[in-house]
Amino acid sequence: MKLYDWVLSPDCYKARLLAALTGQSLTTVATDVFPGKDHLTPAFRDMNPRATLPVLVAGDLVLTEVPAILIYLGGDWGGDNATERARQAEWLTFSQRLAGTLGLARRIDMMDAPGDLAQAQRDGTRLLRQLEARLFDRQTLGHAFLTGPAPTLADIACFPDVMLAPDGGVSLAPYAAIRAWSRAIRSLPGFIEMPGIPRLHELSPEPGA
Amino acid sequence: MKDCWFPVGAADDIPSAPGRETLLMGEPIRLFRKAGQIQACDAEGRDLPVTVAYDHVWTSLGTPSQPIFAIPEAEEPGRRFVPCGHVRVACSPLRAVENFLDIAHFPFVHTDILGAEPHTEVYRYEVKIREEEDEVWATKVRFYQPQAAKAAEGGQEIEYMYRVPLPTASVLYKTCPSKPEAWDVIAIFVQPLTETTCVAWPWMALYDDTSSQADLVGFQQMIFLQDRAILENQVPALLPLDPGKEIPTRADMTSIAYRRWLKSHDYTYGAQLEAQ
Repeated sequence: MKLYDWVLSPDCYKARLLAALTGQSLTTVATDVFPGKDHLTPAFRDMNPRATLPVLVAGDLVLTEVPAILIYLGGDWGGDNATERARQAEWLTFSQRLAGTLGLARRIDMMDAPGDLAQAQRDGTRLLRQLEARLFDRQTLGHAFLTGPAPTLADIACFPDVMLAPDGGVSLAPYAAIRAWSRAIRSLPGFIEMPGIPRLHELSPEPGA
Repeated sequence: MKDCWFPVGAADDIPSAPGRETLLMGEPIRLFRKAGQIQACDAEGRDLPVTVAYDHVWTSLGTPSQPIFAIPEAEEPGRRFVPCGHVRVACSPLRAVENFLDIAHFPFVHTDILGAEPHTEVYRYEVKIREEEDEVWATKVRFYQPQAAKAAEGGQEIEYMYRVPLPTASVLYKTCPSKPEAWDVIAIFVQPLTETTCVAWPWMALYDDTSSQADLVGFQQMIFLQDRAILENQVPALLPLDPGKEIPTRADMTSIAYRRWLKSHDYTYGAQLEAQ
């Protein structure tokens, strides 16, 4: 499987992270989105007319939408019954809203993308509060992850844009449940990092481990 | 400091008049291309000096007394030039340069790339303010690196030299993994937007025949983005130039010399002095 990849993109990281956690190897093709604008070349647009990253190519299958890529890579993680799959689909959609708010704030603040920074931060904060409330409920019931006892596509889809919120000027300091969730995800065997999302430091093992 | 050169844009990305607005030391300026020439002016329309060097556009609100600093190694044939885009950082422009000069953070911030535990020791190195060139230099810096560059295979001990030719520009030379007798050149050009916000323009001139441009840019962007979160959380936001606010260690010799050099020239935009 080939992943057209950009190191600074949270969407590309979702695919890399899920593949790493599920033990699948991806051949990544680095794409110089910024400053090179490689994604605007005719060759790239032939593959993905929307000119976005990531793109996953597996044989004849070419996937350009992040939820589709996660569903394809996720296998068992995607749920084994209609209820669980639908629950995850809710969060996959929610994650797209995170990308359009917190992710947008990051692109504006860091790379001068066009848009209204204050608005994106406000909208993103509203979503963070929803996520915090959900995770608080889950943690009260003894669950570390969003939909099930183990991590699912829901967690992987939402995790990157949330963790990178400080890059867009939105602090995560008020959200204790989100921080605990982040720790649970970063503790998973096979976890990989991206710039802005560090691994758990080796000197601070999981309490009780 | 107003009379120094500052980077304000990528040379291949300046639109025709009316061009693009940006900030330099709190002042709105405009960059545009006219009759094939890149020009700059301030808010009142006054022309600003412009020079194009190392794939970037440099200007000044004052009158630079010298041409832009030379990087003779960059002229050597066979090198690839890699402008790495820009990243805005909410920190003092001087802090961005100082971070670039620091080696001790490699194992902790760039884990398994530019450093790794337990190889955290910064060996003794030499620091000088070269009077003739009026530059800060650190030489004989050695450090163990798991993946020193995109083209590096496996860990190796890498030698570095650091150089600060302008208050917001720094050039480092490091052992080239594919050509050990030569130096790779990696620079950071920092545009001071305000005293507490800046834009970093990383730039490289490398010997590397194998990596794709996208790989090289991606490698540098990954490194720089790992630094950004650290830079934005440094306290105080302004770089303290008087001793006492922060306690340096032996590994910080370059930083001490940099701060001393800034102070001796009154390069204090983005700095904090005791009197304040």
